[in-house]
Amino acid sequence: MIKEKKIIQNDSAPGPIGKAGTRLGAVGIVKTQVFTFESLKLESGEKFGPVTLAYETYGCLNKDKSNAVLIVHALSGDAHAAGVHEGQDNLGWWDAFIGPQKAFDTDKYFVICSNILGGCKGSTGPVSINPKTAKPYALDFPLITINDMVNAQRRLVDHLGIEKLLSVVGGSMGGQQVLSWLVNYPQNLCSAVPIATTIKHSPQQIAFNEVGRQAIMADAHWKSGNYYEGSTPSKGLAVARMIGHITYMSDKSMAEKFGRTKKVLGEPFKFTADFEVEGYLRYRGDNFVKRFDANSYLYITKAMDNFDASGGRSFEEVLQGTKVKVLVISFKSDWLYPAYQSKEIVKACKLAGVETTYCEIASTYGHDAFLLEVEEETHLIKHFLKKVFYAYEVTGDYGA
Amino acid sequence: MARKDIQLDHAVILDLIKPQTTILDLGCGNGDLLYLLIKEKNARVQGIEIDEQAIYRCVAKGLNVFHGDVDSGLAEFNDKSFDYVVLNQSLQQILHVDKVLIDALRVGKKVIVGFPNFAHYISRLQMFFQGRSPVTSALPYQWYETPNLHFLSISDFKNYCRLKEINIERSVCIGQARKIPFLPNLFAQTGIFLISK
Repeated sequence: MIKEKKIIQNDSAPGPIGKAGTRLGAVGIVKTQVFTFESLKLESGEKFGPVTLAYETYGCLNKDKSNAVLIVHALSGDAHAAGVHEGQDNLGWWDAFIGPQKAFDTDKYFVICSNILGGCKGSTGPVSINPKTAKPYALDFPLITINDMVNAQRRLVDHLGIEKLLSVVGGSMGGQQVLSWLVNYPQNLCSAVPIATTIKHSPQQIAFNEVGRQAIMADAHWKSGNYYEGSTPSKGLAVARMIGHITYMSDKSMAEKFGRTKKVLGEPFKFTADFEVEGYLRYRGDNFVKRFDANSYLYITKAMDNFDASGGRSFEEVLQGTKVKVLVISFKSDWLYPAYQSKEIVKACKLAGVETTYCEIASTYGHDAFLLEVEEETHLIKHFLKKVFYAYEVTGDYGA
Repeated sequence: MARKDIQLDHAVILDLIKPQTTILDLGCGNGDLLYLLIKEKNARVQGIEIDEQAIYRCVAKGLNVFHGDVDSGLAEFNDKSFDYVVLNQSLQQILHVDKVLIDALRVGKKVIVGFPNFAHYISRLQMFFQGRSPVTSALPYQWYETPNLHFLSISDFKNYCRLKEINIERSVCIGQARKIPFLPNLFAQTGIFLISK
């Protein structure tokens, strides 16, 4: 199985600066690969296929296949977690965490990241061509769930010949997928790291997602999802993204980043973006529409809202008897996925007797912190993975 | 690690704990005691600690630790989930001592408590002759910067256990470098108790 797949060798990867002076990230040039399988039985009972997953890998799988770490991305993420693509300058979304000596040390571990089912960055989603109609699925795409995304990832992991993952790690919606793995495939995991996430969305979280969806659907170009041949609902999607960005930051991080600074403008129209923060949100919104599909946004946010890791039971009951080691991380200023939600995960772990570590990092970045608090997260993840990997032999190494 | 390198209070606690047991350390600090318990007693351990930097040091030692305060952290454990619950040098800093001790005795089959003795003779002398709040090696803080919320003596704790019908299975009172078997409430700086309900 492994022979068919090109494992990217990072040992010989060039240093952080390439020939043309471009950034290469710690893992150098990487290539997104695809894996296609015939069909997936969805949680709804529907059989859906074919399914393609785009994925990248960093580092090498060891002989006994015990060093694989699956990284799962958040709402707008993709398979490109580290390094750059040939001839481009686009560092992966978690580049600071992946590479030699980093949190996910590619000298030790084999790191996998795949675009989710329902996404729009190479994996099958609403923008993909429906083989029955030879047109994009649009709203004919089935309503998928977080568990469906994880079931698809499981197929990829199988395909890579890995029976048991050393760890599955992710923040935000990535954290929801981590919890899904923990509940559905505990026998295939040594450890799990849910970051800034929740067992299930609160009404407030659902509300923000709903406003985003309404913004998209209110755009005249949306046309019930059938916009792939004409203009896209870019205004609606941009507004959805702007709302998202507000919820990802904290009051303090916004004040520090923008203050009430005004942009210098000539003769302004009454409602131009006067304040820096307005300009920033518009820029983020406009940028997002270039790289994201509006229908994907609808499907993915719905999957997040519908997710309940406990499946209607108590989460403690669900975790009973699991041998998976868990590291839970939250951030003090995160008001979108507040620390109390992480503490609920921890509480269930406590009651179920699961070996758990929990840290609430005193960050001011809000929800975005999971992408930005490199030093603290690296320390926690690095030592945690080391403990799991070496099955906890207390040696002088830990005595520091 | 050679025994002589181990802090005296840690050495005493090690002696109180049976091998291959489960231990919850409330206010585990940098995790030094838990690390010793794994190494010397092959114990399964869990810490709770409020200080974020201390959490990082615990994680670097490979320990399982919860970031949170002791006052609320205990309620979420089932009855008798641990063989021992340890409160070493943390009891005097907890807001609701009585509630936490009762909860600790619920969660642990046995509880080990270690605290500075406020009635040590040097403290008494400072109070008596200087008329000021004592500052000693066991109570090293000025009144305006101390994390200690409660000031108790070895006799206070024994009295408390009597009142609450808590069994004192063993007690070891220590000074800076050795055990103090004689008049501990006067001569010991630290009292360590193994209690159960």
